[in-house]
Amino acid sequence: MGYPHKPHSKETLVLSKHFGEADARTYKGWVKRGGYEMLAQALTMEPARVIDVVKESGLRGRGGAGFPTGLKWSFMPKEKKKPHYLCVNADESEPGTFKDREIMRWTPHALLEGAAIAAHAIQAEVVYVYIRGEFTEPWAVMEKALAEATAAGVFGAIKLHLHRGAGAYICGEETALMSSIEGKRGNPRIKPPFPAAAGVFGMPTTINNVETLAAVPPILKKGASWYKGLSLASPKSTGTKLFSVCGHVQRPGNYEVTMGFPLKDLLYDLCGGIRPGRTLKACIPGGSSVPILNREETEGCLLDYEGVVEKGSMLGSGGVIVFDDSTDMVYQIMRLARFYAHESCAQCTQCREGTAWTTKILERILAGQGKTADLDLLLDLADNMTGKTICVLSDSCAAPVVSGIKKFRNEFEDYLAGRRKPVMVA
Amino acid sequence: MADELISLTIDGVPVSVPKGTLVIEAAKQAGVLVPHYCYHPGLPVAGVCRMCLVDIEKAPKLQIACATQVAEGMVVRTQSPQAKSGRMGVLELLLINHPLDCPICDQAGECELQDFTFQEGRPATRYSPDYAKRFNPVEDFGPDVLYVPNRCILCTRCVRFMEDVAKEPVLNVSERGDRAYIGIHSEGRLDHPWAGNVVDLCPVGSLLSKDFLHKARAWELDKAASICTGCSQGCNVTLDTRENVVVRVRPRSNLEVNRYFVCDHGRMNYRWMNRGDRIEAPLVRRDGELHATDWDEAFALVASRLRGAGGKGVALVSPRASTEALFFARELFRGHEWSGAFQVVMGEEAPLAGVPNLALRAERAPNGRGAELLGYSRDYRAALVAAETAAVVLVLDEPDIAVSTAGALLYVGTVLPERARDAQAVLPIANVAEEEGTFVNRDGRVQRYFQAKSAPGMARPAWWVLSELVATLQDQGGRHVGTAAEAFDRLAASVAAFHGLSYAQLGFAGAPTPAAATAPA
Repeated sequence: MGYPHKPHSKETLVLSKHFGEADARTYKGWVKRGGYEMLAQALTMEPARVIDVVKESGLRGRGGAGFPTGLKWSFMPKEKKKPHYLCVNADESEPGTFKDREIMRWTPHALLEGAAIAAHAIQAEVVYVYIRGEFTEPWAVMEKALAEATAAGVFGAIKLHLHRGAGAYICGEETALMSSIEGKRGNPRIKPPFPAAAGVFGMPTTINNVETLAAVPPILKKGASWYKGLSLASPKSTGTKLFSVCGHVQRPGNYEVTMGFPLKDLLYDLCGGIRPGRTLKACIPGGSSVPILNREETEGCLLDYEGVVEKGSMLGSGGVIVFDDSTDMVYQIMRLARFYAHESCAQCTQCREGTAWTTKILERILAGQGKTADLDLLLDLADNMTGKTICVLSDSCAAPVVSGIKKFRNEFEDYLAGRRKPVMVA
Repeated sequence: MADELISLTIDGVPVSVPKGTLVIEAAKQAGVLVPHYCYHPGLPVAGVCRMCLVDIEKAPKLQIACATQVAEGMVVRTQSPQAKSGRMGVLELLLINHPLDCPICDQAGECELQDFTFQEGRPATRYSPDYAKRFNPVEDFGPDVLYVPNRCILCTRCVRFMEDVAKEPVLNVSERGDRAYIGIHSEGRLDHPWAGNVVDLCPVGSLLSKDFLHKARAWELDKAASICTGCSQGCNVTLDTRENVVVRVRPRSNLEVNRYFVCDHGRMNYRWMNRGDRIEAPLVRRDGELHATDWDEAFALVASRLRGAGGKGVALVSPRASTEALFFARELFRGHEWSGAFQVVMGEEAPLAGVPNLALRAERAPNGRGAELLGYSRDYRAALVAAETAAVVLVLDEPDIAVSTAGALLYVGTVLPERARDAQAVLPIANVAEEEGTFVNRDGRVQRYFQAKSAPGMARPAWWVLSELVATLQDQGGRHVGTAAEAFDRLAASVAAFHGLSYAQLGFAGAPTPAAATAPA
């Protein structure tokens, strides 16, 4: 990446090539860099052909689930009987994740171009870009970019709209995002029906992440086989991925590497290693919703969808949170649980009550008032909160609790046995 | 059409149901009630309480029975250890913020949270007692509805009813996480004419009727199937009585008439059933005064007056009288020149927007259609004019009579209005809560109502009183009618509009008259 650090030689710059270049934000500057050529080309192609290219490239959703993008597009009805919609999920709110923000800040046109190509591929006439409400700077940049590109007429018949969120994490969940666009409370919906059948306003809809769409123009430009070739480990994970690294590393920030890149190298080379005098304790590799890795797992982990799963976690959004040996894991897990308790939409019982109860138990442990049975209770609660709700917010709260207790049980037990001084007041 | 049947197995019981049926409904056919809170057949599926978790073979995780459609060969297990533990988990979570104030809660005894917790909940909570439960003050939502947020389990039935059925979305879910509660529009009131249904829909004691507040415990109530007398819609209701007093009216489901609902007008229309100023004995005129007597003397006296009367007869009847009573009121004048009429109080029509053909009807009478089918006229004024010169005028439970007649006035009613004191005889009858009978609703559907309480003193069902009179008039030839069933069957045999119907066949759901059954919808 090019901002704020100089690109590292081990990075593969596809999406972040122009980060930090103020000129790239303008329509003219983007065109100078070859922008909108691929959109013009795509508009002359059969939609099905565009989908085929993306399918061949192996591109998978960068929002967290890693669903093959071309396949998702192909779920849209071939014969168009109703209006089709594309929603761009720019509601990046996952703790530890800040990649989409940088794409929108520096290369808004990459997103707009990718979105317009996707809209053509799925025969959508309207695109909604749902931008996180707190993203004031990206919003301003996107607004300007959209106005310039629209004035230049590059989108043809495709209409793009920016929609600003109002500060709810849950609106990043695709069905909640659609509810929010419709002007309703941002509640996830039960599936089926899936968005490709009945999405926003009940019409066939595809929802893609910012980073996914920004990768589409380069794929068209350099070809599916080029993109497919960007793979260091599993052939099922292709291309480059932006990793937002935060926490106890020397140089936090966004780094773009080829799929399969070792997490160890990301942390120790690109990010300059752990803070002086400290050692790595744990790492959350894919945003706050995925299980925590311990040091050993972290250092042996390859950064692609399969590699992280092999270590017992998920690639998720690529938000890497690094903890050194000074970290109180119990406290960190409580902070995550508190976040989910705050953001639960309140629909499903397990999530509404479970996230809050989990937080209370963790707070009690941190206040030195935990009970011996609390760890089993937390695990049992986590079991009730996993795989039983409409969306995965509840699962996301449970994941770090389960992995945290499994891997750092001694830290919990220190609080329970009074060996550690309470850090909270009950 | 949904003719295609899907076969599946639920807890080992094979069932076949139409394609598209939800597992929770199919389970009912297998005799299995899957515990649930947010699901209600009259509302759109929300799938939020997660209580109806069941095990479906080949599914990777537990599924909610309320949002899963049946599939051929599906094997559903509601009692697998995973399903039971999943539901036990939901119950525990629902209870952590629930106040457990059942001893002072109106819902106790008919509370689904109590029932399912008894059935499959955890014996003790693991929510440490040193945590305070969520607290929000009681809110006044509308004319008859209180919201007790502490008891709320956020099933959103009330929100969906107002939004999708009443189409007046004044309720919402406010806040997030465990701070959530049911909110009301800042400028709105829960005063929709059908709003009271949210109280019935609420599975716990969170939405309460002010009218019923602390009036009775659920287990003290006796329940009787009845028909609402509030208008001509004929909504099926249940009358709840406590110690022979009607204390509550609740809807009784009938998909053909009112689905699961009743309007507030109907819900509140019961106090008159408990009136204390009732006529408790037959009264006959002797020496210019009304004197209490027994039924035999009353019947004998009235029969002699009727026999002696040579001229025409007029019947002024209430459209709230049973079809059977109306039938025998007409039979009384068999062989005489006769005219009969009824008058209907009119009000404002109030439809329930989300349900076709369901409204509080402007015509505030439950049996106007029945009266018409029996030949009674709506021309009440003409009947009043005719009454002036009639030999006999029968008034059937119409306390607002403004009749003057040169002939004999016979008053059959529940209470004694001032003007009825001129009558030759006053015969006390039961009200709708105290007898069995039928009404015919505006669409020609004949529906039975059942006895909820006993009638005061010597008051008897009007059909019995009038049929006894008919029998007395016919001397030895008269046949006595002992039950409402006999009364109806006599009517069905004698009046073409009711041919082919039998009381037993009407059951709890009613049936259309032959004409209504063949009429285009």
